[in-house]
Amino acid sequence: MTARMFASAIVLSISCAATAALAQAPIKVGAFLSITGPAAFLGDPEQKTLEMYVERINASGGVAGRKLELVVYDDAGDAEKARTFARRLLEQDKVDVLVGGSTTGTTMAAVPLAEQAQTPFISLAGAVGIVEPVKKWVFKTPHTDRMACEKVFADMRARKLVKVAIISGTGGFDKSMRGECLKVAGNFGVEVVADESYGAADTDMSAQLTKIRGNAAVQAVLNAGFGQGPAIVTRNYRQLGLAMPLYQSHGVASAEYVKLAGSAAEGVRLPAAALLVADILPDTDKQKPVVVAYKHDYEARYKSEVSAFGGHAYDGLMLAVDAMKRAGGADKAKVRDALEATRGYVGTGGVVNMTATDHMGLDETAFRMLEVKNGAWVLVR
Amino acid sequence: MDSSVHVPATASSARPALARRAARHRLLVALAVVAGALPPLVGNGYFYDVAILVAFNAVVCVGLNLLIGYAGQVSLGHAGFYGLGGYGTALLASKYAWPSLLALGAAAAAVALIAFVVARPILKLRGHYLAMATLGLGIIVSIVLATEDRITGGPDGMQVPPLAVAGVAVSGELAWYAIAVGTLLAAVWIASNLVASPAGRALRALHTSEVAAQVAGIDVARYKLLAFVLSAALAALAGGLAAFHAGFVTPATASFLRSIEFVTMVVFGGMASTAGAIVGAAVLTLLPQVLTALRDYETIVFGAILVATMIFLPRGIVPALARLARGTRWMR
Repeated sequence: MTARMFASAIVLSISCAATAALAQAPIKVGAFLSITGPAAFLGDPEQKTLEMYVERINASGGVAGRKLELVVYDDAGDAEKARTFARRLLEQDKVDVLVGGSTTGTTMAAVPLAEQAQTPFISLAGAVGIVEPVKKWVFKTPHTDRMACEKVFADMRARKLVKVAIISGTGGFDKSMRGECLKVAGNFGVEVVADESYGAADTDMSAQLTKIRGNAAVQAVLNAGFGQGPAIVTRNYRQLGLAMPLYQSHGVASAEYVKLAGSAAEGVRLPAAALLVADILPDTDKQKPVVVAYKHDYEARYKSEVSAFGGHAYDGLMLAVDAMKRAGGADKAKVRDALEATRGYVGTGGVVNMTATDHMGLDETAFRMLEVKNGAWVLVR
Repeated sequence: MDSSVHVPATASSARPALARRAARHRLLVALAVVAGALPPLVGNGYFYDVAILVAFNAVVCVGLNLLIGYAGQVSLGHAGFYGLGGYGTALLASKYAWPSLLALGAAAAAVALIAFVVARPILKLRGHYLAMATLGLGIIVSIVLATEDRITGGPDGMQVPPLAVAGVAVSGELAWYAIAVGTLLAAVWIASNLVASPAGRALRALHTSEVAAQVAGIDVARYKLLAFVLSAALAALAGGLAAFHAGFVTPATASFLRSIEFVTMVVFGGMASTAGAIVGAAVLTLLPQVLTALRDYETIVFGAILVATMIFLPRGIVPALARLARGTRWMR
C-alpha cells in the first residue's frame, strides 16, 4: 500500500514537473541571416539587434510568461544555404516563428518552406515581390524601393520638376530602385528623359553627368545609388556645374554621405527612414521615442552607427512579440492571425497597419524628405 | 608526389581484369549501400536536405576531380558552370516553359558547348595562367548573372518552377534524395569507367608530365578538353538539379567563393580519387552545419580544420586513409 502510494506520488510529481517545464519552455525565434559574405552589412546589425533585444525581453519577464530563445544561423547570403538553414530551423529546432532572410534571394528560397510548415515568417528583405502576391504566412518589415521612388517623385511634382534623369549604379540596391522608379514615374506625371549607369567601383561619373548636362530637357536628377558612388556623383555634379536639383536615394541617408560629398551635398534631397534622423525629428513625431531609444541602445552597446537594417530586425522581432502577446502564446496559426491584424504598431520603419492584402503595412509616411543645409540633414516640410 | 600517382596505376594493371573491374565498381557499390542505408537513419526533412546538398556538391566534385586530380588542370571557375546550369535550366523551364528534364539536359549540353568553345584557348595556358583564365571565366559569369537583370532577375535571383517528370511534379524529400543519389551514382560510374580506360591513363600521364605524355603519343589537348567539358557538364547538371530543388537561384551560386569551395572539397578529400571527391564534398558540406554550435567561432574553427588537414594530410583524407589501410593490409 505504502509502496503503491509512494509510486503514485512519484508519478504525480513527475507529471507536475513535466507540465511546469512545458509552461516554462521558451518560445523559439529562428533567424537565418547573411552575417558573413557580401551581404554582411545587412546581417551583422540584424544579428546584433536580435541578440540585444531577446536578452532585454527575457530580462523583463519574456512574452506571455515564457522566455524567448533565439536560434541564429549564418547563410552567408547564399540562397541554397538559407534554404537548408530555414529547413533546420523549422524541422530540427522547431521554432515558433521565423525572422530573417537578409536578402530577397535568401528570403524567397525559404518562403515555400515556411508556407509548407505553416509557420509565421517575417522577412527583413526589401523586394516588393516577397509580399506581392500575398502569401499566407509571410510578412516583411522593410519599406520598399518603390515607396522611396514615390516619395521622391511626389516631392518633384510639388516642385514642378517633371522631366527627370536617373543615374544609378550596377549593384543590387541600385538596380532594384532604378527599376521601381521607372515603373512608378508615370503615376506622378514624371517623365524619365535620361537613364545613365555607372559601375560599382567607378571613381568618376563625369562622363555620364556630362551627357545629362547636354540634355536640355532635364529638370532634376535622381541618383538611385548605394555605397560610395552617390558621394562621387554629388561631387562631380557640382564640379560640372549642374544647377538642377539633385535627389539621392534612402540608401545613403547617413552622416557618412555628407562627410564624403562635402560642400557639394548642399541642397541635395533624399527620402529617409525616421531611424536615420532620430535626433532631429520633432517631438510630436509618433516614431521619435521608438527610434531614439533603439538608436541609443544600439550605439551604446555596439559602439557603431545604427543602420536601417538593424532597425528592420528590431521591427521583425517586436512585431512577432506584439503578435504573440495578443495571441496569448506562440500558437502558430493564432500568431499569424495576430500579425495580420497588427494595427498602429510604431516601429523604426514606420507605423505598421497590416491587412489581409498588405503583409508589410507601411505607407509613404514611413519616409521623411530631407535636405542638406549647412552640412547637416534637415527635414523638408 | 609524382610517384604516388603511379603506384595505384601499376598495382591495378598487374591484377587480373576481373579483379580490376570489381575494384573499379567497389566504390559504386559502397556508395549505393551507404546511400540506401541512410533513409531509415535520417530523422526529418532537414537531414534529407543536407544529404541532397552533399550529393549535388559531390557530383560537381567528381567531375572537377577528373580535371584537377587526373588531368592536373586547376579550375577556379567551376561555380560559373554550376551557376550557368542552374540559370539555364531555370530560364528554359520558366520563361520558355520547356519540360523539366529537357530544360535540364539542354542547359547541361549548352554549358558543355560553352566549355568546349572556351577550353581551346584556355587550356593552352598552364599553371597559374590557366587558373587565372578559369577564375576570370567564373567571375564573368557571375557578373553577367548579376547585371543582366531583365533575363536573370539580377542580384535578387529568380524563381524556378518545380521539377516535373512526365507531367508529375517531384515532391517529397525521399524522391529528391533518390534523384540526387541516382545522379551521383551515375557520375561516379562515368568517372570510374573513364579513369580505368585508356583515356584515364592518358590523363594521368599528362598530369605527371605533359611533355612525356606528348612524346608517348598522347593527344594532350584532346584529353584535357575531354576532362574540362565533362567536368563542366556535370557541374551544370548538378546546378540545374539544385535549382529545381531549391526552387530559386541567385548569382551567389556562381560566385568566386563557390568555385573555391568546390576546389577545396576536391583537394580536401584527396585529388585523383573519386571517393576522395565525395568525402571532401560531404565533409565540407556537413562541417558548417555541425559547427553552427560554435556561433561566432565557426569561421575560425572551420579554417583551422582545413589548415590542419592540409598540413598533416597534404594528399587529402581518402588517399591518406587508403595508405594507412594498405600499410596494415586491411583492405586486401
